[in-house]
Amino acid sequence: MAEEEEEKMAAAGGGCCLRPFSCEQGLLSRPDGSAAFLQGDTSVLAGLYGPAEVKGSKELPDRAALEVLLRPKVGLPGVVERSREQLLRQTCEAVLLGALHPRTAVTLVLQVLSDAGSLLSCCLNAACMGLLDAGLPLSSLFCGVTCALDPNGAIVLDPTTRQEQEARAVLTFAIDSTERKVLTATTKGSCSVEEMQQCLVAAQRAADTIFQFYRDSVRRKYSKS
Amino acid sequence: MKATPLSNCERRFILRAIEERKRLDGRQCYDYRNVRISFGADYGCCIVELGKTRILAQVSCELVPPKPNRPTEGILFFNLELSPMAAPGFEPGRQPELLVKLNRLIERCLRNSKCIDTESLCVVAGEKVWQIRLDLHLLNHDGNIIDAASIAGIVALCHFRRPDVSVQGEEVTVYTPEERDPVPLSIHHMPICVSFAFFQQGTYLLVDPSEREESVMDGLLVIAMNKHREICTIQSSGGIMLVKDQVLRCSKITAVKVAEITDLIQKALENDQKVRKEGGKFGFAESIPNQKITAFKMESATVDTNNVEEQAEEIITKADPPSEVFAKPILHTPGTAQIGEGMENSWGDLEESEKEEAVEEEGESEVTAFECEKIETEDTSTMRETKDEPIVLSDSEEEEVVILEPQELPKKTRTQTSSKQETTSKKAFNKRRKKKRAAH
Repeated sequence: MAEEEEEKMAAAGGGCCLRPFSCEQGLLSRPDGSAAFLQGDTSVLAGLYGPAEVKGSKELPDRAALEVLLRPKVGLPGVVERSREQLLRQTCEAVLLGALHPRTAVTLVLQVLSDAGSLLSCCLNAACMGLLDAGLPLSSLFCGVTCALDPNGAIVLDPTTRQEQEARAVLTFAIDSTERKVLTATTKGSCSVEEMQQCLVAAQRAADTIFQFYRDSVRRKYSKS
Repeated sequence: MKATPLSNCERRFILRAIEERKRLDGRQCYDYRNVRISFGADYGCCIVELGKTRILAQVSCELVPPKPNRPTEGILFFNLELSPMAAPGFEPGRQPELLVKLNRLIERCLRNSKCIDTESLCVVAGEKVWQIRLDLHLLNHDGNIIDAASIAGIVALCHFRRPDVSVQGEEVTVYTPEERDPVPLSIHHMPICVSFAFFQQGTYLLVDPSEREESVMDGLLVIAMNKHREICTIQSSGGIMLVKDQVLRCSKITAVKVAEITDLIQKALENDQKVRKEGGKFGFAESIPNQKITAFKMESATVDTNNVEEQAEEIITKADPPSEVFAKPILHTPGTAQIGEGMENSWGDLEESEKEEAVEEEGESEVTAFECEKIETEDTSTMRETKDEPIVLSDSEEEEVVILEPQELPKKTRTQTSSKQETTSKKAFNKRRKKKRAAH
């Protein structure tokens, strides 16, 4: 199946093609907000509790304390998960209007359902859809876009695992919805300043498609049929 | 986060309903909730939904040396996790009593029933065997975790394929899925747990209790059985006295439920296998119902990246060139070097700093603190960048640093009464600045 997708991408020209996206909101009954986000075969489930009572030591007097937990599918969370949790937390904190709920806790739990490349951007998208489903006040939305630079220097958006392995550099950006500004940037591998700017421009364009997808899925959720 | 306790009136309401042979979700006493099984794209990955209870299972394998006392047997490892996603009361990193109990029960159900042939997992006796690891994650807790976990566990084990291996003399070759088709585990039978909740000291019995019913029940009886009507595990907890008839009746109900569930599992497995063989679409994306309004799908979308290069070039040319770096390290002694000697401060005009040294010190320390902060934010890569003019922000930073110098000494403000208004306004301005900096 992965091969088929790659062929399709090659046919699309330049490899700049997002895999099929799907999203289901409010699928869990216990959390206050939940969303499953799928990018091709990569899928992440997000569950969110809050704003709720906070444990004494975590309480912040001026804003809501946001906790992000990323659970791998096999084994216990390790260093990679911890660092991604930090990254996701800082991104969410940038858009979450936590000052409206001081002395509360917001817990966001992300469960990896399957990893077929671009996992971090899928986590970011699931987190945003989860925040949206929970109805928490946000200053803007954000989306995650992963770009890979293949050995020839061509940009591949939303790469699969194999494309990520073959790539010279993998860049992930979180982009906000109001001005398409960069909230988070993280890179793996080496690339020049020009290439990074090119990836950024490509990511910003892909963000338009993703935000349209957000809009359409939320519109469908609040539609009558 | 704390779990919400059940209020007394809720408790009374549920118990009264049970006495009247009614259940909150409209089921009869012996009804099981709907079971839905969906498979992931990987082998050995499935999500089982039992009503609203949802469990993710993933099987993985690894070649390890066997246990010294059992050199020809593979190793099985089961792990059930109560994710904090499942209920607000579950905390990460803690092992509540419930979790220990559930893990033990899973182990008894799947390991001690000998449903998996461990001898077939041996590659080289005494040297290499397969370790099969089953991870179960509770995603949503709506009661009866153990039944859902046992179904998810056995489904994932049946669905799993391990890489094929061949042994030639001393050499062990593990084949990738492309080289040779992976092989399924040999599973003798499928033990499935069925839970019974007892109320009023065993007077009333409910099959497949929901979360609310579990919180008011007196006792729980779990029977694990396979479709051949063989009991694999039986456990009664909660300290209720059950009569023999009650246990026998439960085992009869179990047999019926297990037969139904086994049929369902086999059908689901066959379906998935058929789709995979025919090269159709499979994975979680296919199991999302299309007609639900909470679900939305988008086909593969193309993104136009034709003139990305030009746009990127434009941004780079618009941006100010990076400041020149005078990197002339002075090597004091081997292992100790110094850089930045004799460099000019480009952060602002600090000519008057000599005569206001005392006051300045504070400001300067803040400058350095600010500098550090700037570097830090860049390091953690949560920088904000403007799309068109990414340098604007750094300009404003410089501006702020210029304002860091207090225009007047505090001593002066005390003596100059005539220009009081002006100074107070300035003071206020400085204060505001400081506050802003603190906010940074």
